Amino acid sequence: MRFVLRRLGFFVLTLWAALTLNFFLPRLMPGNPALAAIGNHRGSLDPAALKVMEAQFGLGHQNIVSQYFSYLGDVATFKFGSSLTTQPGVSVGRIVLDAVPWTLGLVGLTTVLAFILGTGIGIVGAWRRGGRLDSVMPPVFVIMTVIPYFWLGLILILVFGVQLRWVPYFFSYDITLTPGLNLTFIGNVLQHAILPAFTLLITTIGTWILTMRNTMITTLAEDYVRMARAKGLPGQRIMLDYAARNAILPNLTGFAMSLGFVLGGAILIEEVFNYQGVGFLLLQAVNNTDYPLEQALFLLITVAVLVAILISDVATAILDPRTRGAS
Amino acid sequence: MATLGVTGGAGEPGRPGAPVLAPVGGLPPPAAGVAGARSLRRMTRAVTSNRKATAGTLLLVLFCLVAAFPGVIARDDPNAEIYGRALGPSLQHLLGTTALKQDIFAQVVFGTRPVLLIAFGVGLGATVIATLIGVAAAYLGGAWDGALSLITDVLLVIPLFPLLIIIGSYLHGAGTGVMIAVITLTGWSYTARQLRAQALSLRSRDFLEAARVRGERSLYIIVVEIIPTMTSLLVASFLTNALYAVLFSSSLQFIGLGDPSVTSWGTMLYWAENNEAFQTGQALWIIVPGLCIVALGAGFALLNYAFDEIGNPALRPVRSMRGKRVKRPG
Repeated sequence: MRFVLRRLGFFVLTLWAALTLNFFLPRLMPGNPALAAIGNHRGSLDPAALKVMEAQFGLGHQNIVSQYFSYLGDVATFKFGSSLTTQPGVSVGRIVLDAVPWTLGLVGLTTVLAFILGTGIGIVGAWRRGGRLDSVMPPVFVIMTVIPYFWLGLILILVFGVQLRWVPYFFSYDITLTPGLNLTFIGNVLQHAILPAFTLLITTIGTWILTMRNTMITTLAEDYVRMARAKGLPGQRIMLDYAARNAILPNLTGFAMSLGFVLGGAILIEEVFNYQGVGFLLLQAVNNTDYPLEQALFLLITVAVLVAILISDVATAILDPRTRGAS
Repeated sequence: MATLGVTGGAGEPGRPGAPVLAPVGGLPPPAAGVAGARSLRRMTRAVTSNRKATAGTLLLVLFCLVAAFPGVIARDDPNAEIYGRALGPSLQHLLGTTALKQDIFAQVVFGTRPVLLIAFGVGLGATVIATLIGVAAAYLGGAWDGALSLITDVLLVIPLFPLLIIIGSYLHGAGTGVMIAVITLTGWSYTARQLRAQALSLRSRDFLEAARVRGERSLYIIVVEIIPTMTSLLVASFLTNALYAVLFSSSLQFIGLGDPSVTSWGTMLYWAENNEAFQTGQALWIIVPGLCIVALGAGFALLNYAFDEIGNPALRPVRSMRGKRVKRPG
């Protein structure tokens, strides 16, 4: 219980640090470019939204302390102002909420898939230590983890999109279709997800494989595994019930954390495929110098990570009794 | 410094499962107190005996040579916009020309230097900051440790790439120096945490106690006694941070947050994407700079993985670990 409370305290503290960073970043930048950007759009903004942004970026005549507190209050009540250029005048919250499901669907599902496949391959690779799979795997996956997402995306577009014309590679569905819950539309969305999902899968699976393999190797050297062998238990049972079950813990915590990185983890893939999720929106905001939208997205991405870390801490405390005593 | 260094005489795991004939010295387990020079020598030996390490070193040396003497390899000016538009590969233009009438080969060659500068700058800078903060936290303890660890942990969980994007969007075209500064200042936390843990495990050891009894100053103890025992962690930190710097800076340049007038692999990809290089049949404009990023990144990553394999007994083949422990005076 004390462990969980400590982690909760850390969560609150980090959240506060992220908010404070968000508040001071625009003020620390040479010339505070956000001021000019908001000033230019002053006339077209809703007064309530303008008030929120005045506090956030330091536009009004209040002093910095009262700006800081009214900023914290605005965030607590989910007021983020309105977009300047991307969708002028529309509330930032609205725009962000429209983008979130697309990223959750594409990146979230791919993360789950990469975890399951990668962990499985890692288990088998470590079990057949010295086999052909195991000796080829580490160098190949070390190299695969350094491939920049966006570049691999571009290459896959060239091969499967431009040259072979097998799959679509622009947007998340055919823009001539009307979105709706029918088979044609869903099929079309899935088709558009193939290339970006595959890109993400290839570049992330290596980490899962290597972590699982390395922990599994350590576990396989434990006495209880040797004991299981001595008892003559079937190999598959030793591999899964004895070794993998104990070795999977670091991968599980890693998985919980990676779920937090879903929102901000595939920014460039969304950009390359023009997939209208959170990352694509962030870069649109950057290109349009739409600072209120940018800051809100950064905050959303950070909070997602913090929540995932909290969940993974609690999960570890439940799954692994050893962590409960340690502080 | 006279401590007994327990050196694992187990060989290197170049081929997992293969019997190891000669006992080649791997890196010592992190806790062993070994003088820096000796573990450096051991690392050199490790590089030549581990195939992943050899490949990584060769890649890095190759890119360093290209970065040092770009003019010898490519005779064209990378910025000159004087050639034919979008030509295919030929003897004059080995990789063809861009839609902006520049020579692609010259751009790739001259683009190596900024990338390597960023990699080495961030690798060194982040390692130095991490060492100072990590070791200081562990050595000073108490409130200092609490405060420094908290800063480290908070920075560790803030998503780095989105943060870099936000900072980049305020800076409008970050040149090489700014890029190094920004990535260094945001990226040191992971290493600092590792180094703190390592320094903590050393705190109560005899050789530090001996130094304290001799009346050495804290600074002397930290620099001369503690830091040399961390050589392997410092090398790993340098390699990891350099790798991330390559990937992060290229990504930032690709989305247009770098200085577009600096010729670099990331900016090449930015211009290629903006000029629809695939649709106009100039695939090499995108393929080659990307391959260079992968090759350089692979160099850092392979070396790092090899050191991990050498330094972490758990990853060594089980067979070679038996009965080969040699104790010898350090």
